[in-house]
Amino acid sequence: MPFQNSVAIVGVGETDYSRNSGRTELALALQAIQAALNDAGIEPRDVDGLMKWWVDTSLEADVAANLGIRDLAWWGEINQAGNVGAALVAHAAAAIHAGLAHTIVVYRGVNGRSGRRYGRGDVTGQRGRGGGAFTEPYGLLTPQHGLAMTARRRMFDTGIASRHFGMQAVAQRQHANRNPRATFYDRPLTLQEHQESRFIIEPFHLFDCCLETDGGGALVLTSAERARELANGRPLALIRAAAQSGPGMGAAARRTGKRLFDMAGIGREDIDVVQIYDHFGPFVLFALEDYGFVPNAARLVEEGGTSQEGGRLPVNTSGGHLSEAYLQGMNHLIEATRQARGESTAQVPNASFSFCDTGIGTGAVVLQRHEP
Amino acid sequence: MSDWRFQRPPQLPLPQPAEEAKPFFAALRQNRLVLQRCASCATIAHPPRALCGNCQASEFDWQEANGRGAVYSYVVTHQAVHPAYADHTPMATVEIQLAEGPRLVSNLVDVPPEEIEIGMEVEVVFEEVGEQDGEPVVLPLFRRR
Repeated sequence: MPFQNSVAIVGVGETDYSRNSGRTELALALQAIQAALNDAGIEPRDVDGLMKWWVDTSLEADVAANLGIRDLAWWGEINQAGNVGAALVAHAAAAIHAGLAHTIVVYRGVNGRSGRRYGRGDVTGQRGRGGGAFTEPYGLLTPQHGLAMTARRRMFDTGIASRHFGMQAVAQRQHANRNPRATFYDRPLTLQEHQESRFIIEPFHLFDCCLETDGGGALVLTSAERARELANGRPLALIRAAAQSGPGMGAAARRTGKRLFDMAGIGREDIDVVQIYDHFGPFVLFALEDYGFVPNAARLVEEGGTSQEGGRLPVNTSGGHLSEAYLQGMNHLIEATRQARGESTAQVPNASFSFCDTGIGTGAVVLQRHEP
Repeated sequence: MSDWRFQRPPQLPLPQPAEEAKPFFAALRQNRLVLQRCASCATIAHPPRALCGNCQASEFDWQEANGRGAVYSYVVTHQAVHPAYADHTPMATVEIQLAEGPRLVSNLVDVPPEEIEIGMEVEVVFEEVGEQDGEPVVLPLFRRR
């Protein structure tokens, strides 16, 4: 049996998003997992696999003990900082497809604002060691520093400008304004406000930078066969294709995109809705080009093309990391699943193929809606 | 020409190089900018590696760079996102493409952040920025050429 559409995401769940959760990261993960299992209609004792971000502090053993999971046929973590969400889905789906486990939960629980802050280099700083010996002594101390360097050069090479980044930020904010879970649900944003917002690391303005969030999220994966038994009349989100490309090797989205669409057997033009990892908004536009969706993302945003309201390729329909929450790709995977199931707060009508990247091309999935 | 001069924030980390990168920093202490070159196939790598990425040989020469290059990209830190930046913003960090090809992250010593442009031609200067294990720490910074 081929991999294509053999595994489904049958449950998604998240906690409230805040700046100060008042809970442990484990408590956030557990709350999100319970919500996702409830959404799936699956009992914790029926889970036989757990996977997490390597940087996540909630150990599989602790999660299992709290949920009453007595045996784990499959567990694991993937290293890097935030950008491994789709890779985790790929690993979990491959394990289910191979018969090594039947129901796997992928989870994330993080106090990203009240605890260790990514934006200050708390998680990724190397104190001058390793590759950091060649970057940190000169002031590249946080993830945004290196990414701003890449963005500045890309602006020079292609002519894409800060106002284009602003147009994407505004489109995402409008999506967030329809999403009651979003941090910026009740705060509109104009292009002028984006352009006048202070620089953090130039060329990144404040509203090019993702939120810092306390919260949790979880996905439940199982076989397509079991998913049909659980569907209860709801559409299925089947994993049409999944692909990765090694981190830190440049141009990853081009390689991931080729593998992904070769496996999916569809074209970029068949995708109805897109989620792209936006630790920094400019990278959404770069990825749209590198994955091959459009040759010129500046032109796409100038025509409002990434907006759910009338755009030809709606992007980051929950508000994304810029305006919903920063859960390191988990909230993108949740939103991609909701779009495939027709349950988003900014639903793209009749969305059939839902695309999700979780970090500069290091991993991506295509989900396909199936009627139960 | 302005008399603007780069002030390096003293709290920035000093390099703690891995074994394969130590010759690079040792050469800096002699005011030499060197690049790791494979003794077998002459491939140049920066940062240095344990094995040649092209032929996997483990013997290297250290080729002296001519010290000239151009600004490939740059960023300006406006908000003190890390404690090392307290009272040191705005501060620019640049990526320099060397004449030999590799790119180095660095700082410009004589160009204020608002005047930096991609393509600006620069040359290396050697700046002692501290001391570690009884030896001076020297970094390759750049000035307008």
